[in-house]
Amino acid sequence: MTQPNVVLHVADVHKRFGGLHALADIDLQVEEGQTHAIIGPNGAGKSTLLNVIIGKLAPTSGQVVFDGTVLTGRKPFQINQLGISRVFQTPEIFADLSVLHNVMIPALAKRDGAFKLNMLGSLEHESAVRAEAEHMLEDVGMLSSQKDRAGSLSRGDKRRMELAMCLIQHPRLLLLDEPTAGMSRHDTNTTIELLKKIKSRGMTKVIIEHDMHVVFSLADKISVLAQGRIIADGTPDQVRGNPKVQEAYLGGEVV
Amino acid sequence: MRTMTRNDLMLLLGFAAVVLAMPIWLQPFGAAYPDLLQRFMIFGIFAVGFNILFGLTGYLSFGHAAFFGVGSYAAVWSFKLLSLDAIPAMIFAIVISGVFALIIGYLSLRRSGIYFSILTLAFAQMSYNLAYSVLTPITNGETGLQLTINDPRYLDRVFGDAMPGQPVPTLLGQSLGGFTGFYFCAAFLILTFFIAQRITGSPFGMMLKGIKSNQTRMNYTGVNTRPYTLAAFVISGMYAGLAGALMAVTDPLAGAERMQWTASGEVVLMTILGGAGTLVGPVLGAWIIKYFENIFSALNDSILARFWSFLPDGLDHTAVVVSGKFVGEGWFLTLGLVFVLIVVFLPGGVMEGVRRITTLVSPKSKPPASPESTSPQPQPAE
Ligand SMILES: Nc1ncnc2c1ncn2[C@@H]1O[C@H](COP(=O)(O)OP(=O)(O)OP(=O)(O)O)[C@@H](O)[C@H]1O
Ligand SMILES: [Mg+2]
Repeated sequence: MTQPNVVLHVADVHKRFGGLHALADIDLQVEEGQTHAIIGPNGAGKSTLLNVIIGKLAPTSGQVVFDGTVLTGRKPFQINQLGISRVFQTPEIFADLSVLHNVMIPALAKRDGAFKLNMLGSLEHESAVRAEAEHMLEDVGMLSSQKDRAGSLSRGDKRRMELAMCLIQHPRLLLLDEPTAGMSRHDTNTTIELLKKIKSRGMTKVIIEHDMHVVFSLADKISVLAQGRIIADGTPDQVRGNPKVQEAYLGGEVV
Repeated sequence: MRTMTRNDLMLLLGFAAVVLAMPIWLQPFGAAYPDLLQRFMIFGIFAVGFNILFGLTGYLSFGHAAFFGVGSYAAVWSFKLLSLDAIPAMIFAIVISGVFALIIGYLSLRRSGIYFSILTLAFAQMSYNLAYSVLTPITNGETGLQLTINDPRYLDRVFGDAMPGQPVPTLLGQSLGGFTGFYFCAAFLILTFFIAQRITGSPFGMMLKGIKSNQTRMNYTGVNTRPYTLAAFVISGMYAGLAGALMAVTDPLAGAERMQWTASGEVVLMTILGGAGTLVGPVLGAWIIKYFENIFSALNDSILARFWSFLPDGLDHTAVVVSGKFVGEGWFLTLGLVFVLIVVFLPGGVMEGVRRITTLVSPKSKPPASPESTSPQPQPAE
């Protein structure tokens, strides 16, 4: 059933937390090179869905397939090495390290794989990785803070840095959990521009976002999640016109 | 050193100079005698190695004395069975303690945080008890493992010089007592400092720092953290084994008390006191603790009575009794107190104190982000 250009297939996934049915019968197909937005009210299960995809949570039933490989049951680091990176809802960064090192670590992990006993080399002489990291920081507009301690950054800057940490791995699939939350309007717009730029490079993206401006300026497809179920999906226009969505989620909001 | 930065090279040279000149600059402190200097070197190595695990990955082992003890036993066995030369003993000790660390690390690293610490403590106490009971044929129990004239020393025998009067460790025929012993240990401290410096500055070291800072992010970054932490554990175990072997070189008697939990705790204190995660800090911590241990444990009531004699009668007696609790056998009480003060008021250790003073003196220069040295608490990974 999986179309040849479907790169991520979440197949009949259920996730229960005790009595809570956080994900019910989720079937989601993401096509190569597209930006697929997942929207829905708070507590709908959006983050849980990403957690199942990257192996943080095991689904109660069902499975996730990425480019023909079953992800379910694999460890997070293995899933990342297959080409999936994620920006978290609360930034997961190396707070004690400098911004530059935060971005160099993922680049090294991408180059050296899951484990390499590289004790003889010197970080000072990793000029290619360093240049790449600096270039990446420039892309997200953070080159000037490269020496700062990551933990001291503002919330928006932490997000942008985390985005750089993911992008430097050139993932085939990028998962973004509210990447613009906590950013100023200006930073949000820069981030949208950046994400659009990546799109032209052919990276597939799944993005969770509350900001409808962001969703409608980026998404090729939208799935609407409410109480653990996908209640609608389709192109932005289809979703916008769907009365069920209006009722369940968009409410009175003008989009 | 083509691959070393200027700063690293300066640090290494400065460190080597300070170490080699210790017999001179420690004279005013009354600490320039070989026995104490050797201990400065040995525990410096122990702490530098411990820091590779604790300072870089954040995994707090409470059982590193086990590897120290294993190193001592292995070295003495090498003296007995192979040769009185120190080099085979060191190699043997490093290999054996490495194997031990591999096994204990493999099992302990299945957990993190406090559970990891408890596991390492349990394994070390097990080793300690075994050394006193089942393993007495190897450890010679409470008496300790000693050299005797009748030891086989097969290697020495092959080269036909197995007939020393009193068996003492040597280096190419040269006895390793006194200042020769100090310089022998000093060479190893400088070498191991250099290795630690390289590890810290390598991509491998960067990964360890990432694990300490945020292991979750490491996992989602595609890094398999287990082999990294295990490698760090084994390396630091081998450092401990090397230190233990040097202890046996300078004093060829291995006893199980070297594996006791107090010895494991001591290296934790040294590292934190000096500044975990820094290169120089752990060495400073080791020197400070060994120096004051030497002074405080030598004090006794009659010395204290003379010290307090300026006080009025009655009061001086109280002063002697109270201060007497902190010296001699009570040295650990002092150590504990100092440790509490450091953790509460200067969590980054002596190195943080140095940094604070430097920023006070030159207020114009904003403190640069030196992330590897600003981690205050022992942060259990995960
Ligand atoms: N590890 C967990 N254990 C128990 N319950 C959980 C767990 N993770 C999520 N939940 C619950 O599952 C439901 C869905 O949570 P989830 O974080 O996926 O929502 P969300 O759609 O991302 O919401 P938000 O927009 O607020 O981020 C919530 O009721 C939440 O409390
Ligand atoms: Mg969420």
